Amino acid sequence: MNTAVPTKAVKKRWFRLGRVPQAVETDEAYEVASQWKLMWWKFKKHKIAMAAGVVLVLFYMSALFCEFLSPHLPLDRYTSYKNAPPQTLHFYDKESGFSLRPFVYDMKMKVNEQTFLRTFQPDTSKKYYIHFFVKGPEYRMWGLFKTDIHLFGTKDMRAPLFLAGTDDLGRDLLSRMIYGGRISLSFGVLGIVLTLILGLLLGGLSGYLGGVTDTIVQRSIDLLICIPTIPLWMALSAALPRDWSALEIYFGMVIIFSIIGWTGLARVVRGKILSLREEDFTMAARLAGASDLRIIRKHLLPSFASYTIVTVTLSIPATILGETALSFLGIGLAPPVVSWGVLLQDSQNLETLAHHPWLLWPAALIIVTVLMFNFLGDGLRDAADPYK
Amino acid sequence: MLNYIGYRVLQLIPLLIAISIIVFFIIQLPPGDFLSTYIQQLELSGTKVDAGMILNLERQYGLDQPFIVQYLVWIKNIIVDGDLGRSFQWNKPVSEVLGDRLMLTMVISVISLIFVWIIAIPIGIYSAVKQYSILDYVFTFIGFIGLAVPGFLIALVVLYFVFVNTGVSLSGLFSPEYVDAPWSMAKVMDMLPRLVLPVVIIGMSGTAGLIRVMRGMLLDELSKQYVITARAKGVESTKLLFKYPVRMAINPLISTIGWTLPALISGEAIVSIVMNLPTTGPILLRALMFQDMYLAGSFLLIVSVLTVIGTLISDILLAWLDPRIRFGGVAD
Repeated sequence: MNTAVPTKAVKKRWFRLGRVPQAVETDEAYEVASQWKLMWWKFKKHKIAMAAGVVLVLFYMSALFCEFLSPHLPLDRYTSYKNAPPQTLHFYDKESGFSLRPFVYDMKMKVNEQTFLRTFQPDTSKKYYIHFFVKGPEYRMWGLFKTDIHLFGTKDMRAPLFLAGTDDLGRDLLSRMIYGGRISLSFGVLGIVLTLILGLLLGGLSGYLGGVTDTIVQRSIDLLICIPTIPLWMALSAALPRDWSALEIYFGMVIIFSIIGWTGLARVVRGKILSLREEDFTMAARLAGASDLRIIRKHLLPSFASYTIVTVTLSIPATILGETALSFLGIGLAPPVVSWGVLLQDSQNLETLAHHPWLLWPAALIIVTVLMFNFLGDGLRDAADPYK
Repeated sequence: MLNYIGYRVLQLIPLLIAISIIVFFIIQLPPGDFLSTYIQQLELSGTKVDAGMILNLERQYGLDQPFIVQYLVWIKNIIVDGDLGRSFQWNKPVSEVLGDRLMLTMVISVISLIFVWIIAIPIGIYSAVKQYSILDYVFTFIGFIGLAVPGFLIALVVLYFVFVNTGVSLSGLFSPEYVDAPWSMAKVMDMLPRLVLPVVIIGMSGTAGLIRVMRGMLLDELSKQYVITARAKGVESTKLLFKYPVRMAINPLISTIGWTLPALISGEAIVSIVMNLPTTGPILLRALMFQDMYLAGSFLLIVSVLTVIGTLISDILLAWLDPRIRFGGVAD
C-alpha cells in the first residue's frame, strides 16, 4: 500500500520565493484597538528600536541637565593640565586597599627631552575621591537660578578630574561634550520643526490643490535636489553676516537647513495625500458635506501622521550631521559656542590628533546619536502601517 | 527615443535658469560687492586705483545696475565669453582657479559612482535572495554604519589609524615629486593607488543606501505572481532571478543617479577638505571663509549643472532600458 517512491533528492532552492504570511492575531483586543495602539504594539516588538529610543531619551535628558551633570564648566581652564589624557577611575590602591568609592590619581607632567613632547603620568601619591552631589564651580541652571551642586566631582574644586581628557587650553573635554550635546541635539530638533512646517504646508497644498500649485512645488523640489547639499549649506552659512551673535548664527543655520531640507517631507506628504484623496472614506466625508479643511484635519492628517513621524525621525540625524560638518569646517557655529562639531575642530590636524587621540571622542557621540535615530526610525517605519 | 530626449532637454532649460538665479542670489548675499573688496585689496597691496579703472570694472560687471540687469550681464559673460568672474582672493579668473581641480572632482565622483554600483548591486541581490541569513544581517549592519557615519568622520578616523600605526600621512593625492609636475602617465599611475581610499570613503554612504534600495526592490519583485508562475513552470532559479526580477529592480537604481551623484559630490567636497585632496572642496572652503563669492558661486553653478546633466543621462539610460518609460506608459 504505502509504496515508498524513491524521491529524487530535491535540490535545495537557494532562495525562497514568496514570503510566509505573518500570523494574524485575531483576539478581541486586536480588533478594537486604535491605530496608535496597534502601532505601539508593533513598535514594542522591535527590540533595537526600543533600545535606541531609550538611549536617545537619555541623551536628551543629559542635554537638558548638562550644567548639573558636568563636573566642570565648559570654558574653565586648568592651565597646568593642558592636553592631559583621560584619567581612569580606580577602586583599588596598594596603600589603602579596595574602596567602594572610586578615585583618580593626580597627574604629573613630564617633558621628553628629545622630542619636547609633554606627557602626563599618574601621580599615585595624591588621590582624589569622587563624591556625588558635590559643590563645584557656580553656574546658573537654565539661566534661571544660581547653584553650585554638580552630580559628581571631587571635594577640592581645583583638583584634576578629567575623565575624557582636556584640550590644548586645559578645558575638561567631558564637560564640553555634555554641554555640546545641548547645542547639537537641540539643533536637530529645532531644525526639524521648521522643516516640518514647510514640508507639511507645501506638500499638503501641492497634493490637495493639484494644478499650478502642484507644478510649482514639484519643480522647486526638483531644483533643490539637483544642487549638491553640502556645498549649498556651506555657501549659505558662510554668507551669514559676520557680526551676528552666536544665537543669531544658530537660528540662521536652522533656517538654512529647513529651507533646503523640506523637500523630502513634502514629497512623502504629497504622495500620501494624492492617494488618500481618492479613498472611499474621503469621498464619503465629502458627500456628507464636510469642508476641505475638516477633511484634511479630521481624515487625511491622522492617516499619514505616522509616515510624517517616520520621515522626521530619519531626517533629524541629517540635520545634526550637517551642523557638525559645518562647525567642524569652521563655517558654522564657532567658539566659544560648544557643539560637537566645534569640539571636533581641534582634531582637524592629524599630528595633534595622533598625540591627543581623545579629542576624537565627540565623533563617537555623534555616530551613536545618528545610529540611534536611524534604528528608531526603522522601527517606527515598520510600525507606521499596523494594518499591513 | 529622439523625441523623448528632445523633450527632456527642453525641460532642463527652465531648471538651469532657476539654478543660475539661485547661485547669483547667493553671490550677492554677503554685504558689500566683490568690487569694493577687490579695490580695497588693490589699495592695500599698494596699487593706485584711479576712478577710471573703477568705472571700467563696474561697467564690465554691471555693478551700477539693478539686480536683474546685473544677473543678465553675469549670465551673458558666462555664456558668451565663458567668463565666470574674478576671484579676488587668487586674483585670477575663476575658470583658471577651478580648471584642473574641477576635473579631479568629477573623476573622483564618477569613479565613486561606479564603485558604489559594483559593490552595492551584488550585495543587494544577495541580501534579498538570502533574506534573514547571517550575511544579510552583516550587510544590513554595515549598511547602517555606512549611512550613519558621515564620510568626513570616517576619513578622520582612517587617517588617524594609518598615521598612528605606520607614520604615513595619507592625505593628498600625489607623491611630493609629482605635486607640481605636469600631467603625464607616471603622474596618473602615482595617483591611482592614492585614489582608492577617498573613493571608498566617499562611496560608503551611497553604497549603504543603494544596498537598501536594491534589497527592498528585489524583495518586492520576488514575491510577485509572475515569479511564482515561472517557478511553477520549472524555470531554473538562477536564470529566472537574473532575467526578470533583477532587471526590474535595477531600474530604480538608474533613476536614482539623480540624487546619488549630487550626494557623492557633496561628500567629496567635505572628504577632500579633511584628506587635503587637490580638488574643488578645499578651494570652496577657502573661498567661503574669505567670502570670495564669485569663486564659491561659480563652483556651485558648475557642480549643479553637471548634476543636471548627469540626471539627464540617467533618464535617457532608463528610457533606453525600459520601453514603458520611452512610450510614456508609466505615469507615476
